[in-house]
Amino acid sequence: MAKAKAAEPTPSIVRPYGDATGDGMVQVSFTLPIPHHKKAEGAALQLANKMGLDPALVVHAKPMGPDFTFFVVYGRAHHLVELDKVQIVGREFALLSPKEVATAVKKALRRPLVVISACIGTDAHTVGIDAILNIKGWAGEKGLEAYAELEVHNLGAQVSVPDLVASAHRLKADAVLVSQVVTQRDSHIHNVTSMSAAFREAYPAGQAPVLVVGGPRFDEAGAAALGVDRVFVKGTTPGEVASYLVHRLCPPQPSKSTGRKKTAPKSKARGPRR
Amino acid sequence: MSRRRTKLELDPVTVRKARSLAKRAGRPIVKLATTHTTVSVERAVLRLAGLQGADPDGEPWVNHLVDAVRRDVGIENGVAIPVWNALLSGNHVDLTALAQKAATGSVTFELPKAREHTRARTAARKAATAGLRRIDQNRRERDRLIRRLGDPPKPWIYLIVATGDIYEDMPQAQAAAREGADIVAVIRSTGQSLLDFVPEGPTREGYAGTYATQENFRLMRGALDEVSAELGRYVRLTNYASGLCMPEIATLAGLERLDMMLNDSMYGILFRDINPIRTFVDQRFSRQIHARAGIIINTGEDNYLTTADGIEAAHTVTVSQLLNEFFGKEAGLTDSQLGLGHAFEINPTVPESFRMELAHALLARELFPNAPLKWMPPTKHMTGDVFGGYLLNGFFNLVGSMTEQDILLVGMLTEAVHTPWLSDRDLALLNVRYVFNATRGLSEDFLPAHDGFVVERGRQVLGEAVELLEAICDDGLLNAIGDGTFGLMKRPADAGRGLEGVAKHAADYYNPASDLMAEGFAGKGK
Repeated sequence: MAKAKAAEPTPSIVRPYGDATGDGMVQVSFTLPIPHHKKAEGAALQLANKMGLDPALVVHAKPMGPDFTFFVVYGRAHHLVELDKVQIVGREFALLSPKEVATAVKKALRRPLVVISACIGTDAHTVGIDAILNIKGWAGEKGLEAYAELEVHNLGAQVSVPDLVASAHRLKADAVLVSQVVTQRDSHIHNVTSMSAAFREAYPAGQAPVLVVGGPRFDEAGAAALGVDRVFVKGTTPGEVASYLVHRLCPPQPSKSTGRKKTAPKSKARGPRR
Repeated sequence: MSRRRTKLELDPVTVRKARSLAKRAGRPIVKLATTHTTVSVERAVLRLAGLQGADPDGEPWVNHLVDAVRRDVGIENGVAIPVWNALLSGNHVDLTALAQKAATGSVTFELPKAREHTRARTAARKAATAGLRRIDQNRRERDRLIRRLGDPPKPWIYLIVATGDIYEDMPQAQAAAREGADIVAVIRSTGQSLLDFVPEGPTREGYAGTYATQENFRLMRGALDEVSAELGRYVRLTNYASGLCMPEIATLAGLERLDMMLNDSMYGILFRDINPIRTFVDQRFSRQIHARAGIIINTGEDNYLTTADGIEAAHTVTVSQLLNEFFGKEAGLTDSQLGLGHAFEINPTVPESFRMELAHALLARELFPNAPLKWMPPTKHMTGDVFGGYLLNGFFNLVGSMTEQDILLVGMLTEAVHTPWLSDRDLALLNVRYVFNATRGLSEDFLPAHDGFVVERGRQVLGEAVELLEAICDDGLLNAIGDGTFGLMKRPADAGRGLEGVAKHAADYYNPASDLMAEGFAGKGK
């Protein structure tokens, strides 16, 4: 992960950067439930200090009604970022172009790969799944519906789990994409775990379609706990999802051993726990 | 009130053509709406007649009663005659007692003939008249309060409250009013649109919103009356007449003096997969109620652009506005009750996106000069970059000011991140105040160049709207919806939720509320 920044190797310890290396400068804003007067600014400073900002400077304090004050604070963070201890869910698959996806699917399956998708539960917010699926796609990248060898059935919003399972059967889905955008009291977790349980129940072991969930509130490393194969979070592109599906369902060299599903992604997803 | 010069130099012939095409496209739908009824329309009649409450499991008595009638004689004649016939011929204290007995199956409903029929009809009409009278009184009360307290200047600042708990909502709504909200909208719990009943009583549990119930309406209107008196301006209350219970919720809104209701002609079809026929039938009745109650409707065109592209689909917004206008007026709404929606949703990285937003907003303004347009902030391109989002909201406000929008939904910098924090709302209002203060009267100076980019774009979108309307007229609106013309969603007329609750009118269908409303204010007291 050498950033093309300098010739020397990236240091393993960094600090926030304001306008000079190592100055540790950060900016935070917050509200305190106290009226705005001098003491309020002192209170804000105290909080900043306790957050590890020292020195800290309250650059803005604004009353919001009689009982609240809003602050903007700049300060020097003393915490160090230890890069070698940062853990992320890496991309366990190669990013393919739409053309490469088509070729891989054709080679491995000799038929279109069937994808169904839905927003489940009461969630009616289809922005996420639309961005991944719609031909229009997102940020200039076309959605899965535009992929030649993917057969996409978007079931829309507020689909019940039984309907989703029934559709997966009927359409012989290879993969099921589920989106959860708006959530409260962890309903996205409950919805998805009940969905994955329903699929486990409805299909013989190992034959359920690949289950993929996406949404801004999910933990990318939490696939196993949810009972799904992969979690995608904010910023995912259609290409990433398509590439993942190929990686899971269309192993290379179909002529050799007829592709058993790889288990690598799961162990990888669990990786950060160690 | 022709307060505006025309800036886009729209061709009056094209504008007339667009309107007459919308009428042509809408007329078959009106025919459909006037020859069908739904379970929710029938329940609304009972609510208008004063039937409230629910069984211990929370199933409303109106549902019990309509279901019982439907089992015995169907709803194609309307429930009024069988219900009031049973009420008059049996030993029932009132509608509630009748509904309770009906729920246990101990009442059999029938369609009476001759004298009994006339008697039931007269009684039903009387009961509905009483409900409409209450709606009329509320309308007069609103007018009186506005006169006494004052009407805030335009644009009206529209803020949203959504805690799930009505007792938490009330102080929050009052706080929002004190911060500057002229309109408070209580977002509904996710999923309420798909409930085929209206929950009862005050509610304290909801998902990402608070249930719309008659009692919640009453409580919230009371809280806002309190704060209106304190602030010296009438603060309006908004809720949602959409989903499977649209007619009932509209009725409750009229009975509890709500001031604005979200009520789009196609939103439920496209975004909730509710059957198109169910929606159009329910919608017409709900709009008749809104018309009567002096409620301003808010339409949902902004939603198309959250799924479709802000530039390519701009004309679908115009088409939908024209259809909403036609359906609204047909149901009795006046221009001043048509809060037609549109939104600032063009990708900000597109060159000249601001000029295009300006053109689109101006087009809506000039096509509907006397409608209180509702201008919706960016959502699709709010990415979590709160700083960039704040700037985008500033440009949204600027378009609002330059094109004299009437209802301004305040954009939050944390859109797509979380439900607004106190500071998010405060910063958002700061943004609105700065822009509208700094640019006050700017619309006066802003005259787009003759045949310039803005004028051309406005014309182009109107032209595309006319083309689409022509295609819809050839194909039929129901087919167009089925083909995914709006918001890219395909909704065939024979599918979707709630279809089983639709019935074609029998020859002697009777609905006292529809009849009375069609007669206009004839039923008003004194």
